[in-house]
Amino acid sequence: MAQPDVLSQAFELGFTYTRSTGPVVGRFLTGLRDRRIFGIRASDGRVIVPPMEYDPATAEALDEFVEVGQQGEIVSWCWVKQPRASHPMDTAFAWAMIRLDGADVPMIHCVTAAAEEDLATGARVQVVWAAETRGYITDIRCFELIGE
Amino acid sequence: MTAMKEIAVVAFSQSDCLARAGAANEVELIMPQLRAVFGQVGLNNAQDVDFVCSGSCDYLQGAAFAFVAGVDALGAVPPIKESHVEMDAAWALYESILKIRMDQAESALIYGFAKASAGELPTVLSQQLDPYYLAPLWVDSVSLAAMQARLLIEKGLATEQAMAGVVARARKHAMVNPHAQVSGEVSIETLLAADTVVSPLRESDCAPVADGAAAMIICTVDKAREWGVPYAVISGIDHRIETHNLGMRDLTDSPSTRQAAAGAGVGRGAVEVAELCAPFSHQEIILTRALGLGDDTVINPSGGVMAGNLMMASGLARIGEVFRRIVSGDISRGVAHATSGPCLQHNLVAVLESA
Repeated sequence: MAQPDVLSQAFELGFTYTRSTGPVVGRFLTGLRDRRIFGIRASDGRVIVPPMEYDPATAEALDEFVEVGQQGEIVSWCWVKQPRASHPMDTAFAWAMIRLDGADVPMIHCVTAAAEEDLATGARVQVVWAAETRGYITDIRCFELIGE
Repeated sequence: MTAMKEIAVVAFSQSDCLARAGAANEVELIMPQLRAVFGQVGLNNAQDVDFVCSGSCDYLQGAAFAFVAGVDALGAVPPIKESHVEMDAAWALYESILKIRMDQAESALIYGFAKASAGELPTVLSQQLDPYYLAPLWVDSVSLAAMQARLLIEKGLATEQAMAGVVARARKHAMVNPHAQVSGEVSIETLLAADTVVSPLRESDCAPVADGAAAMIICTVDKAREWGVPYAVISGIDHRIETHNLGMRDLTDSPSTRQAAAGAGVGRGAVEVAELCAPFSHQEIILTRALGLGDDTVINPSGGVMAGNLMMASGLARIGEVFRRIVSGDISRGVAHATSGPCLQHNLVAVLESA
């Protein structure tokens, strides 16, 4: 019996429209393009990085931007032994919650390291910028350990 | 204003938890469960209930409004009143309860379904995160849970032994659950001997992913008496959500579960059984603490989602498991929990009691 022709078409899952990122997210992403990192001050005074448009506790609109450092401390992390195809690195790496200097709230990004043993909660890391920055979170290529 | 209507659960059914359902499509996964719940009550089809609500996730099928195809399992002609939540079907139950309490229905059919095997689930779920800060990084659900587990361990609120203990107990309980995907006797030492996959998590700490469906029928207590079927009463239900910013949450606690438990009245009586939707072993430890459960509560007698995780129906199945134990006379009061979002972001708690 002849095999039926299988119809197939490439399909890319994604947002197929252009979005405006607005005054808060847009300010942060524009900052990344210029290799600077901005957070925003929450109602209780804490600095949130990346910035949020509204305070999650009070729902107050936030607008006080604060530039923060490009180094910080690991708050928690996990070691990915076998990266998935979609992951930003193709060899073993860490995801981490990183509290940047001058920020109170950790952000999530990836950390490059030679081995799991090199990582620890409290370890200091710094930003590694992408070769070309375009206003995306991936302008931060990753973080790397410092002070070794 | 009249008193709030009491809600009765009168039927529940779930499929086996299958790692891969093969060629079966979503409608084919749903239909046997609908037939089963109609049969339990003696109804013919969806025309015999006043409202239908489903829970599923379009991201799993990779197409907007993919859930509409599920309606083919109902037969929507003549027209029915129908709704959908892009959530676990436990929230479809919540919507149905509101519908009944607003006097717009006396009975409702709820179902949840997923064919999670169609994609790489942890990767698919990464695209439901913040679209600017997290989704472009493709940070997956297992990695987020692993960072939560490390926080818990380093704060001294859990150990890898205790996490393995959760897994061992779940698999043991699942030996009497005919729908389980993973079951059997396994020692904590054996579990800990395995290497981590995303440290500090081992593969055994992560719930298996399953294809399948579950369905439930609820109604007013008056209607349950009219139908003449055994029922359990939902004496309380509440759900609360935390911020989507993971960095602003205390990931070692579940304040939203605690709030929902207070709203649902968990503390108003003894909790004989608690069925918790904890897709990662350490999350059961967080939930047990947030719900204030002690040694007198049997946790996850079905094995919970560690034994089989029907995506988009596991929360509803937790409620169904408590319902089954009440109508069989095994217990008179139990708690069920459902979760949604990364690291237990959104939690629903229901209390079920015997009539």
